[in-house]
Formats: sequence, structure tokens, C-alpha cells
Amino acid sequence: MKPPAFSYHRPHTVAETLELLATLEDAKLLAGGQSLMPMMNFRYVMPANVIDINRIADLAGIEERGDALAIGAMTRQRDLELSPVVQRCCPLLHEALLNVGHVQTRNRGTIGGSLAHLDPAAELPAVLHAHDATLHLRGRRGDRAVAMAEWSQGFMTPNLAPDELLAAITIPLWPTGHGYGFAEFTRRHGDFAMAGTAALLALDAQGKVERVALAVTGVDTGPVRLSDAEAMLLGKAPEDALIAAAAETAAISVPGLDDVHGSKEYRRKLAAVMTKRALLAARARARSEEAAHG
Amino acid sequence: MSWVGSRVKRVEDPALLKGEGRFVDDIHLPGMLLAAVVRSPFAHARIAGIDASAALAIPGVHAVVTHADLPEAFRQPLPLLVPNPAIRYPVMQHVLAKDAVHFVGEAIALVLADDRYIAEDGVDLVVVDYEPLPAASDFRKAAAAGAPAAHAGRADNIAAEFAVGYGEADQAFARAAHIFKEELFQHRGAAHPMECRAMLAHQDTLTGTLTIWANTQAPHQLRDVYCRMTGAADDRVRVIAPNTGGGFGSKVQTYPEHIATAAAALLTKLPVKYIEDRREHFLSTHQERDQLWTVEIAVDGDGKVLGVRGSLMHDSGAYLPWGVITPFISATTMPGPYVIPAYRMKVTCVFTNKVATTPVRGAGRPQAAFAMERLMDRVARELGLDPAEVRRRNYVPADRMPYAVGLTFRDGSPVVYDSGDYPACQQLALDRAGYDGFRAEQASVRAEGRYLGIGIGSYIEGTGLGPFEGATVQVTPGGQILARVGSSDQGQGHRTMFAQIVADRLGVGPDKVTVTVGDSGGVAYGIGTFASRVAVNAGSSAHVAAGKVREKAIKIASHLLEAAEEDLDLGDGRVFVKGVPAVGKTLGEIAAFANGMPGFSMPAGITVGLEDTSYFTPQRSTYANGCHVAVVEVDVETGGVKILRYVTAHDCGTIINTMMVEGQVAGGVVHGIGNALFEWMRYDDDGQPLTVNFGEYLLPLATETPCIEQAHMQTPTPLNPLGVKGAGEGGTIPAAAAIAGAIDDALRPFGVKITQVPVTPEYLLDLIHKKS
Amino acid sequence: MAERMLLMLSVNGTEITREVPVRLTLADFLRHELALTGTHLGCEHGVCGACTVLVDGRTARSCLMLAVQADGAAVQTVEGMAVDGKLTPLQQAFVEHHGLQCGFCTPGVLATLTELLETIPDPSEADVREWLSGNICRCTGYQGIVDAALAAAKAIREGAAGE
Repeated sequence: MKPPAFSYHRPHTVAETLELLATLEDAKLLAGGQSLMPMMNFRYVMPANVIDINRIADLAGIEERGDALAIGAMTRQRDLELSPVVQRCCPLLHEALLNVGHVQTRNRGTIGGSLAHLDPAAELPAVLHAHDATLHLRGRRGDRAVAMAEWSQGFMTPNLAPDELLAAITIPLWPTGHGYGFAEFTRRHGDFAMAGTAALLALDAQGKVERVALAVTGVDTGPVRLSDAEAMLLGKAPEDALIAAAAETAAISVPGLDDVHGSKEYRRKLAAVMTKRALLAARARARSEEAAHG
Repeated sequence: MSWVGSRVKRVEDPALLKGEGRFVDDIHLPGMLLAAVVRSPFAHARIAGIDASAALAIPGVHAVVTHADLPEAFRQPLPLLVPNPAIRYPVMQHVLAKDAVHFVGEAIALVLADDRYIAEDGVDLVVVDYEPLPAASDFRKAAAAGAPAAHAGRADNIAAEFAVGYGEADQAFARAAHIFKEELFQHRGAAHPMECRAMLAHQDTLTGTLTIWANTQAPHQLRDVYCRMTGAADDRVRVIAPNTGGGFGSKVQTYPEHIATAAAALLTKLPVKYIEDRREHFLSTHQERDQLWTVEIAVDGDGKVLGVRGSLMHDSGAYLPWGVITPFISATTMPGPYVIPAYRMKVTCVFTNKVATTPVRGAGRPQAAFAMERLMDRVARELGLDPAEVRRRNYVPADRMPYAVGLTFRDGSPVVYDSGDYPACQQLALDRAGYDGFRAEQASVRAEGRYLGIGIGSYIEGTGLGPFEGATVQVTPGGQILARVGSSDQGQGHRTMFAQIVADRLGVGPDKVTVTVGDSGGVAYGIGTFASRVAVNAGSSAHVAAGKVREKAIKIASHLLEAAEEDLDLGDGRVFVKGVPAVGKTLGEIAAFANGMPGFSMPAGITVGLEDTSYFTPQRSTYANGCHVAVVEVDVETGGVKILRYVTAHDCGTIINTMMVEGQVAGGVVHGIGNALFEWMRYDDDGQPLTVNFGEYLLPLATETPCIEQAHMQTPTPLNPLGVKGAGEGGTIPAAAAIAGAIDDALRPFGVKITQVPVTPEYLLDLIHKKS
Repeated sequence: MAERMLLMLSVNGTEITREVPVRLTLADFLRHELALTGTHLGCEHGVCGACTVLVDGRTARSCLMLAVQADGAAVQTVEGMAVDGKLTPLQQAFVEHHGLQCGFCTPGVLATLTELLETIPDPSEADVREWLSGNICRCTGYQGIVDAALAAAKAIREGAAGE
């Protein structure tokens, strides 16, 4: 299990990277290496060129910009997890990160790497989908902004051309006091989700749902928004029965995935349960915030 | 004081903690070539041709070795070491595939290169012309008439058939108040030591001696197989097992790769190293546990067992490197700690196009314990009795020891439980677990919608199988005490254990004893580290040898000091006159005398050297026993299972080192947790493995593992001088049974009954939904 | 094919300059180029954690890093822990609490626990188990490792308080 031979490139700027991407045949970007390196060690992926983007300083960083959070694609997952800014203004992301692999892999793994690899059971794409994040791509043919909803184009296929670089992510922030919850089912701690739901919930002064976003991972080629469930909840008091009913729609509206860990039918059931649990957590937090500020 | 029985800190630890261990891959020899193996991507195929020319063209590739390139002695299958008349087709694997492959991962060729990276480049370019054949995958289907033949040309896939039993089982069933039947299925898993297989072979061109460094559990066996195949004299071949990163059974076998690597070293006249990687370990290191049990139990109105009968189907895989040992152990372990008046088990071993199955930690016993314990739980449920009470009514009582079961074990000796108190052992586990108080806790949390359950798993384990293991204890003129033991260590701490045993006999601290293990050059004959047998066999040999050295030291000192032997004592590395400790001789001085002076005759009655070599030969197995109690919580919405508590009580006879025994038990239990909840080596219908990495095949992690709470009993066996029984595998054996029982108990409101392991969350949720 | 590159880094405090093939993993560089064979390879796909080392103070899978990626970094391996052969409090706790059997996973476990104890000086058992979930041990059932980690944390805290 040794990687095949390749040419190694280590650009120091985005421009240099884009030049390499535009000119090299069969090139792969090496970010944190927690997905690409195993695939190369297994020789499932045998690129002629590896472009190591770990030395590009301006690709990493976390910045609060008004009502959005801007994150460089090469920001390490562990840095995001430890960031007080993330914990304060994007707590859903913080909570989800605790389920991403292990400390040892989060130390190297990047948010951009996770998004570009796009494992169907990854946690971060679901969080970003719930947050309606925007992905900022750089390319010699021009820069693009892609909504998270448009990011997945199929199994492990992001909306990213071979000559483009995912440079940054902006996450629109929810108002202070919003509820959030991340619930996933895994066989073991740190495994990819068999199903996991990211939930955001804001309540109005009457305790009714003012805004809600639900995204599920592990049940399709990419993260899935539960728009039916969101619609059911909107404008209503999020009582147990309503939450249960809304969560049940997940079992119907996601396709599921088959693998050695479970069938699609099972994953659909899990999606409903995880959605319920994420919503209950979000509701508890939204209410407690109300109480704190009321 | 006695060192045996103390929590002596391990002599192995400091080096390993500083990164100064010496594992096979840490050894570099000048000019060494690294091997990578061309392996079959098909479960069953004919090989029409091999073209290595593109691989050979890579700079840094030195050779590609196929079956046809091997010297003639290596162009044969490996020998079957444990024949049995029940075996119908003794099919063994070739060193390198001859003209067909029979499982995904079967070795076809070695690519030898300057480094492993280049060797793997070469593997990618070796072109093998395969003609795929239909494959036998699931052993239940493979056993049926008309199934694809795992070995082309065979009429069927039945590798062996036999039956074991005693008493009149059918009569017992005819008069039973109740008969309960179960079909139980246990899945294939793997040992997965953290270090995969590793070997390095080098022939000294001057002496012709071939040295193989291998992380084997059986260095002498590897030597003997090599010599048997090639006709080499056994003093021309030396096998050394350096630090070894776990084994758990998987490294007992002599594998084709061992012999192929040695052959490559002979062909190239260079040292050749082969380090298996994890993917290869998934494909080509032996596995275990696929068994289907169809069993019935007959009981009277009080739940006392009258008889057990049934059939056991075993997946042998593609070859029979260890004969029918594993299913034989399964079938003879089934009666367990219980009085079973009549027993009959028919065993069918089935060839499939999957890597062979040979013993993995527990060696067929976890399946037997699962079957027996599931039946016990069934009886309890049907009769409305507490599972602990049903077991209590059926345990072999302590006053019936030694207890002859009526079976013959794999070594040909009668199955006789030599000692132990099974009811007391269960009580110890129950008390430690707070069994009686659990029901109240269970009821109170169930009111909150939480499902907790408690389960029991009891077992016996035939340990310390013969024929022997050897040990040499020697004192040098410099006063060093050396112990050389043939069996190899995979991390258990054997050097510490032997040092404790020898230290006690020679009146020194264990730190004064230098132990060498795992070198066929150190002890002439040896068998290996498996079947929880090293403490019994090699430990006893070390004890006996050190005792003989002690006697001899006193005898020589008697001569030197002109004192009667009975007036002498040994302590602190000296033999001295009782009551006059200043008058004495050090062991070194005595050794110097025993080593002789040039030209001087040895005094009458004194033999050369202060040393002794002993081979302890146990007359039969000694039986360890134990009882585990698991407490689990089931998430009834997901099927997820969390182990909240895990309690063990066990009896391995005299405990040599409590700390190390506890380590063995805890590690064994967690392996059993893996079998119960996580580990499942899966294949598709074509024999393609589906779980070939650690994301697909799930080993238990620290987060899924509870604290293992342990209680010990010590009933010394009369069968060896130390009174020890094996401790290495007991932790694994009843774990799946205890956990399955706990899950059933948690889900009683749903009427769930576990009949297979691992219990995946999907399987469990299906059971919950079906019943509710 | 065999593209090579100059690499300069610090390993256990020693500055090292080597030319290496670009595809060489950090693990193989440490093991076979520097003969620091204490770092072990158990799976080579980033799950088992045996190859875990500290790169600039943080744990990393050395099987998932190219050696050339460590250019300019400070790498610490198991060989760099004990000072003048004297075991650290963490290593000593492994001796006392039977935190190892075969020792193959141990170097990676020590790397993880080193970072843990620097991050959380007073970890709970749950903390220890969570961090350890990135290191697979097949021998110990984790029990001795958890005990050793908790004991080491206590010893280090008390040692620091006593200074």
C-alpha cells in the first residue's frame, strides 16, 4: 500500500495553483490528505501530478464578515473546531465537527478537502447545506460562486471543474439565539454517518417556527435538504407531534444508500430518527435562548 | 516471597515505550530486496499464463518469481500438519499458485525490488491471464448438491464430515418435558493484529544456513515445514520471531508466503523481506468463525438438561491448512460447564472460494459458547426462569471434579474437566455485577423509555494442549541467569512470566533473569504459541529446568563447600550454609566450576554446565472456566447497542502475574465485543470480499468499549507443577453470548431473540420492528 | 518516475536534510531513511493510528503525509520522548498500568496522549476514550491505556504543582 509515482508540485499562491491546474494533465489537489492519501496508498487513485496546496497562506483562515462567516478552504477541521468565533456564531458547525473523524485526522483534514472529496456520508456538507453556504471557486477562466445546493453533481462529484480551485466558503449566519442540533448515527465514534441531520431553528416571540433548515447526510450522493419537513414546521409551534411528523417525511423524501453497513431502507429510517433528534436539540436550544433573552 | 503471583512490571515495556522494539520490518540487511505479491483478483480461476516482462523492465525490479520459477522442492503444496481421517479432500495451497487460484488474494508471484514502492509498481504490471470459474462463496449454498465446485473437478464441496457425542441423545429427547431448537449463525471475522504478517529470509552463503525472521507464533513449526518440504536438515534453518505485534491465532500457521520468501532468497542469493500490508491481511491471512449451528436442547420440567443434539456446518475456506481442528474444538466445547447427560453433534466442513479458516482467538469455542448459552437463555425464557438460575441448575458441581464429559478432545485424550467451581464462579460474576439489584434499575429506566438488559455467558476452555514446549535454564560463569524458551511472544509478556518462574526457583529477582523467546536456534524442539498453552507447557518446562539447575547448584556447592546438601540453601544468587550465610558460593562460581578446568576431570557425579533443558509434556488439557455478565442499552429507534458494564469472573488456576492476566482478559473481551457487535468479513456471491479496509471492517474502538471489571478465582490444576491453566483466549469466548443475552433481555417487551452475530443495528432494528 | 526532492526538517530536535522520492510517505521516511523504526505502520489508510506522530505539536497520521510535506516542520516521534533513556511520566504510567502488550500501536498512542495531556491536563475517562478512538489497539482492550493516561495526567499535574 504505497502510493504510485507522481510529479509533485508545491505552489505558494492561488495564481500559481491555477496555472498548474490549467497546464498539467491528470492533476490532483492535495489538501489535508485524509482522503486522497489513503486512496493513493490503495492505488485506487493514481494521478500523474499532485499539487500540494498546503503552503498557500491565504487559503486558510476564519473571519466574521457582518452576518456571514468566511472560511478559507484550507482551514483545518481542528482549527474550526477550536475557533471561538465558530463556537459563538456557527455552533452547528462546531457540534458537527466533533463527529468528523478523530482529533488526529481533524488536525490535518480541511473543510475544503471534505467538500471537494464529497463523501456521501460526510458531516460538513450537510451543515453547510443547512446554512445555505456559498462556495467560492477560483479558475483561470474566471471565478465562480456556487450555492451549496448546487454543489453535489453525483457520487463524489462536486460542481468543480478540473482547472478550478475551491478557495473559500461563506456561511450566512443565523440570528443570535437560534436553535441548532446535529444528530447522526454511526457504528462507532468518528465513523462516517449512516444517517445524520443538521438542523437550524429560529422561533418567533410566540414560540412558532420563524425559520428552519434541515439537511441530511448519508442517504444520497450528496447532502439533502428536507424541504417538505421545513414547510410543515414553518409558522407552527414545534410541538413533539409536529416534530415527529416532520421528521417522518425524511424517511420518504431521501433515497437512502446501500453499503456493507446498512441498506437504503434502514438508512431512511435512521434519517427520520436523526432528524427528530436534531430538531429536538434545536428546539431545546432555541427555547433556552428565548428564555435567556426574554 | 514468591514472584509467581506478583504484579511484576514487564521487562518488555521500556524498550517498546521508547520505540526500541525490534519488529521484522525494523531489520535491514545489506542488499536486501523487498517483495510485493501478485494476488488473484478472482475467487476461482484458471491461470492460462503470466507475463512479467513489463514489470521486469522497471528500474529497481530485480526479479519476478512465479510457480514455474521456483526450485522443484518449492513447487508443491504445503503439508497438512494435522491430518484427520474425517478429511475427504486434503487440499492444500501451493507456495505460489500453480495453474489455478481458489480465493481472492491467493499468492501467484513475488516481485522483488529495491524497495516496496517499486515492488508494488511491478505488481501492477505483471499480467496474469485468468480464466474465471464459478465460485463457491456462501458455505450454506456451497454445501448443497449442484453448487459450483470450489475446486474444479471435485464432485462436491464437502471437505470433511464427522460426528462427536456420547450417551443416548435420541432417548433423552424422547422423554424430555421440553425441546427447544435454534438455528444460530456466527460470521467470519479476522484476527487483525496491529502488525500484519512479516518475514525476512537470508541464506548465509558461507555456511549455507538459512535464517528466517518472521513474526510467527510457531517458529519451530515454520522451520519444520520448510525442512519437510525441502529436505533441509533442521540445523541448517533457523527461525527467529523478534518483537511481534499481536497474533491472536493468525500467525500460528506456516503460510505460503513464508516459504515463497525463503525460496526467493535462495534464488536471488540476497536477503528478501516481505511485509504484508493491511489490504493483503484482509485477503490472505486466515480468518475464522463462519459456522451455522442447528441445535436442539431437551430439558425436564425443572429446566435440567437431558440432552443436546444437532449439526454444525463450518466454512473451511479454500484450503485445509489446519485440517478440521477448529470445528472439532467447537463440537467438543459445546457441552460447556454443564452436565449434559447425552450429546451428539454432526459436523460438516465445507470448501468455499475464500481464504482458509484456522483458529482465531478462541478457536471455535466462541461459537460453541454462543450456541450453548443461547440454548440456556431459551430454556430460561420458555420456562419463565431466571437465566442465572437455569445455569445454576445445570453447572457441573464442584464436588464432581474431575468431571469426565464423555468426549475425546482434539489431542485424542478424554475431555476431563480437572478442577474448578463453576457455580461459585457465576456467583462471583453476578455479585460483582450487582445482578440482583439490576431488575429494579431496569424497570425504573424503562419507564423513561430506555431499554437496558443484562446477559450471562459462561464457558470452559480446554487450555494448555500438549505435546510439549521446551525451556533451557543456564547460569554462566559471569553469574548471568539465562532462560531460552522456544515458544514465541506476540505481546503477552512471556519474558516477564518466565523470569518470574525462574526467579522463584533460583532465589533471585526476575530482573536477574535474561529470557530469550521465539528462536528455533535456542531450543531444539517446539510447537508454538496457541491454544492458551504457553504458561502451561513452556512455563512448566522453565519451572522444571530451573528446579534442576537449583538442585545441581546445591549439589556442586555441597562438593565445593564440603557440606551436606540438606545443610545448604539458595538465595540472592548464592548457595550458602544454612545459618552461616557468609559461607557460600555464588551461582556464577558454581557455574564456573561446572564448566570445568582444562585438563582436570569432572568430579564424580557432576555433569557439565550449570544448566538444564526440560520439555514438560502434559498428559491432557487443563480446563479454565469463567462467567461474564454484560449490561447493555439498546436504542430501539436505531438498533444501536451500547455496552454499559462488562464484568468477568474467571479461573485460570494459579495466576503468575495478575496484571498480565487482566490484560489478557480485557483484550480478549474486547475482541469478543468485536465479534458480538462489529466485526464481519463479508463477501459477495462471487467470493469477492466486501470489507477490505478498516472503514468497512469495524474493530472496536476505545469509545465503544466499556471498562472490563474483573474478578479472579484460582483453582490450581493438578495437571502441571505450577497449577496454571491458560488465560489468553477466555476473555473472547463467552462475550458474544453474554452480549446477545443482554440484548434479548433489554428487548423482552419486543420479544427479540438474537440468533446471529455480529448484531448489526439494522439486523436488530428489523427484529424490533418485526416483533412490535 | 522516481522524482526526488530536497527535504529539510527537524526530527526530535535534530535538523535533517535529505533528498527523498516525492512519493515517500513521512512514515517510511522516518522508518527507513532515518531508521526511527519506533513509528509503525498498521493500516496505511489512516484509521489504525499506529503511525501517529506529532507534527509541529499536533498529531498526524504519518502514513497520510508525504515526507516532502514535512519540509520545514518539527516532527516528534516516540524516540524523542524519553530524555537520556529515562521514561517520561506518560511512558512510566504505561509500565505501571499495563498500558501496552505487543507495543505495536503504542508509539501512536503515546503521540495522541501527549497532545491530549497538553490540551486537556485533567481529562475525564470519556475524554481519554474519545481521543483514543483514533488509535486501534487489539491487545489491551484499551483498559490499561486508559488507566495509564489518567494516571499520567495526575502525575504530570502533581509534578507541575510541586515545582
